[in-house]
Amino acid sequence: MEKKNMTIHLKIWRQKDSLAKGRFVSYTVDDVNPDMSFLEMLDILNEKLIRQNEEPLEFDNDCREGICGMCGVVINGTAHGPRRGTTTCELRMREFRDGDTIVVEPWRAKGFPVLKDLVVDRSAFDRIISKGGYITIRTGSAPEASAIHVPKENADLAMDYAACIGCGACVAACPNASAALFVGAKISQFALLPQGHPEAIRRVERMTAQMDTEKFGACSNHGECEAVCPKKISITAIARMRREYWKALVA
Amino acid sequence: MTLNSKIPGGSLAQKWDNHKFEMNVINPVNKRKFQLIVVGTGLAGASAAASLGELGYNVMNFCIQDSPRRAHSIGAQGGINAAKNYPNDGDSIWRLFYDTIKGGDYRAREANVYRLAQVSNNIIDQCVAQGVPFAREYGGLLANRSFGGALVARTFYARGQTGQQLLLGAYSSLMHQVDEGMVRLFPRHEMVDLVIVDGKARGIVTRNLVTGAYDTFVADAVILATGGYGTAYYLSTLATNSNAAAIWRAHKKGAFFGNPCFVQIHPTCIPRSGDYQSKLTLMSESLRNDGRVWVPKNKGDKRPPNEIPEEERDYYLERKYPTFGNMVPRDVASRNAKAVCDEGRGVGDTGLAVYLDFSDAIKRFGQATIEEKYGNLFEMYKLITDEDGYEVPMRIFPAVHYTMGGLWVDYNLMSNLPGLYVLGEANFSDHGANRLGASALMQGLSDGYFVIPYTIGDYLAGTNLQKVTEDHDSFKEAISDVKARDEKLLSMNGSRTVKEFHREIGNILWNYVGMSRDKEGLKQALQKIPQLRDEFWQDVKVAGRADTLNKNLEFAGRVADYMELAELMAYDALHRTESCGGHFREESQTKEGEALRDDENFTYVAAWEFKGTDKKWELHKEPLIFENVTPVQRSYK
Repeated sequence: MEKKNMTIHLKIWRQKDSLAKGRFVSYTVDDVNPDMSFLEMLDILNEKLIRQNEEPLEFDNDCREGICGMCGVVINGTAHGPRRGTTTCELRMREFRDGDTIVVEPWRAKGFPVLKDLVVDRSAFDRIISKGGYITIRTGSAPEASAIHVPKENADLAMDYAACIGCGACVAACPNASAALFVGAKISQFALLPQGHPEAIRRVERMTAQMDTEKFGACSNHGECEAVCPKKISITAIARMRREYWKALVA
Repeated sequence: MTLNSKIPGGSLAQKWDNHKFEMNVINPVNKRKFQLIVVGTGLAGASAAASLGELGYNVMNFCIQDSPRRAHSIGAQGGINAAKNYPNDGDSIWRLFYDTIKGGDYRAREANVYRLAQVSNNIIDQCVAQGVPFAREYGGLLANRSFGGALVARTFYARGQTGQQLLLGAYSSLMHQVDEGMVRLFPRHEMVDLVIVDGKARGIVTRNLVTGAYDTFVADAVILATGGYGTAYYLSTLATNSNAAAIWRAHKKGAFFGNPCFVQIHPTCIPRSGDYQSKLTLMSESLRNDGRVWVPKNKGDKRPPNEIPEEERDYYLERKYPTFGNMVPRDVASRNAKAVCDEGRGVGDTGLAVYLDFSDAIKRFGQATIEEKYGNLFEMYKLITDEDGYEVPMRIFPAVHYTMGGLWVDYNLMSNLPGLYVLGEANFSDHGANRLGASALMQGLSDGYFVIPYTIGDYLAGTNLQKVTEDHDSFKEAISDVKARDEKLLSMNGSRTVKEFHREIGNILWNYVGMSRDKEGLKQALQKIPQLRDEFWQDVKVAGRADTLNKNLEFAGRVADYMELAELMAYDALHRTESCGGHFREESQTKEGEALRDDENFTYVAAWEFKGTDKKWELHKEPLIFENVTPVQRSYK
């Protein structure tokens, strides 16, 4: 079945480096195939810019199959674009219409400074994980795997939370730029597994403290994070994190 | 030079234990006196950096992504093998070893593969303890499924995201060591050269991918865990940033390259749809557990799949291989898909696809069960093709997925350059000429968690390492070479973009060094590649500047590597006139069209020494000795 190619107009945020002031620049891309991914459309724009001796647009991407979490831009005001449960790289141009104008911006949050164009620095997430997003286990000291029983329901739910790809869309979508869904997902994964219990108190205390240090805002239950999460991580992660936090306070 | 594989003595089952006892051990308080570099943060790199940090070494860990959690191990879907025998179906360390060495078509070392099978069980223990949410049965115990090339269910999995979950486990241990101050992380840093001092690997040159700054780092040993080189083919299932820079530049500094023509072409990928396409998407081989592969019996049958009656379908894998059926190894499945498409029985708009049909499985188990097992894969398929795999059979076609070849290493995972270790997909070691499904994750984690922490101590304890600083001439030379290369790339301002060159070199490789190879084609490739390389160095157009974030410049450097690496791949493929595993030479096949090995002449690892860009490589052979298994014609019938 032959699909008709489209013309797409773009207004894209261009910013020379972290110190420069950015601005929107307009571009047009012709011959956009509806089966093309959003990033492949940007590839075509870049090829055109390179030929015209202009600096290509910088945007982060890697696996291009929605699992590495490297890509992510705000498309027409929505993190990762109009389709629910997808990353920017999974988004296909068939979500748009011939002649559409699409506005493309980087994640905007104090915790994610812009490095260039659409590329932001998300190292704050790594620092939060380093404060307790792990179970301490020296290599080689693990007990036999079948010695640890985990009810299937808990294992499945832990997997739901563990599916977070750390893309940062939750922060970008939140009016407070809160990282609560990201942190809550990791804390919830470990709270559901017996292996995670010994360090539960220390984990929630240190990770939430680091979240504040990194200038992420507080969660006030807008729910925007859940709406844009490409892995559809439930906001119940935040409730669970709060429960773990209260447990730590009274412990 | 004779290659010494350093395989320890003793019986196969005792080699690794004996070796661990015989190796030198460093006093715990002395470990902090050593500085180690780990390049890459995938399963092998992250697990190595974390484990070495725990032992007390000072580790610097580099990656090109913005976070170590994004390395492309994360893309692995299906699972990880281990010889736990939880399903009670007769698995054992020996069977895992045997399946792996047979699956690799008898082109891997017995001792390495046996060790891999031995530590496979420790890996599962380690990952469960880290909180990796593996799939479980209702009783709370771990679930297993089966994969190609095996008749037992030994694959552990976390939905269709096993690589992601294992990597996040390794990453969590790594970040713990970062917090402990044992590992220093350098994200968005690309290794652009290896530095050798007095014949030993003593450091690296990196480019900071944000500022463009070139830096040098000194260490007592350098560990490369930078993955494979499948992106040389342009279209592959690899991440767009995956590249061969670290291993290729180490090769040019003297590290031998083992079996470069051994490339795995994975049978279950979503077919390509247009020229704009930037990558191919894999769907886990686990789908073949329940999906049935078929094409129409008649050429050019263009009816929609659901209108083709049962008796006019050819379930060609079940027909040709009744024992393994749809679960034959990847090389066999890919080659057969190509064969039916070559006959004109391929499906879809391009005729380059076969069906993967779940209708029988849905009838038998219900859609809910199939959804629970493979839901995310069906979603991914729908997202890309706009078709519903529950309603209409999926279309699949083979795509470049993994490279069994890589830098040559000995049993200790050290290359021929002292102090240079190579782990995971970046080395050549464990998969022979074809890798079985769910074995890549096993090898990456085996190398990182359970091999390198022991073997590197032996080297450090037994080697006299003089003090070296970044002011050493070797470091200064390396950094100025790297800068000059980038300046040259930026200065040409030619007429073709980096992407165009990448596509062209990829096409040459796919056409001549792809699913089947022959003498004529390979000779043509060996003419075309140097020609294209010359054109590249005269006519490439690279945008922007070096002193800033510039992905186009990064890519230019990587494509320049492929211009050389592609030649070595073709050269190796031409020299190996036998067929084995994924390396299929048209001239060497059985009557039934299966790969026909030539054990008399090719039971060796081809380790190539770089002699200069316009000179021929020198071949070093490491004979493969089979004392415990007898190489036979592989049969999955």
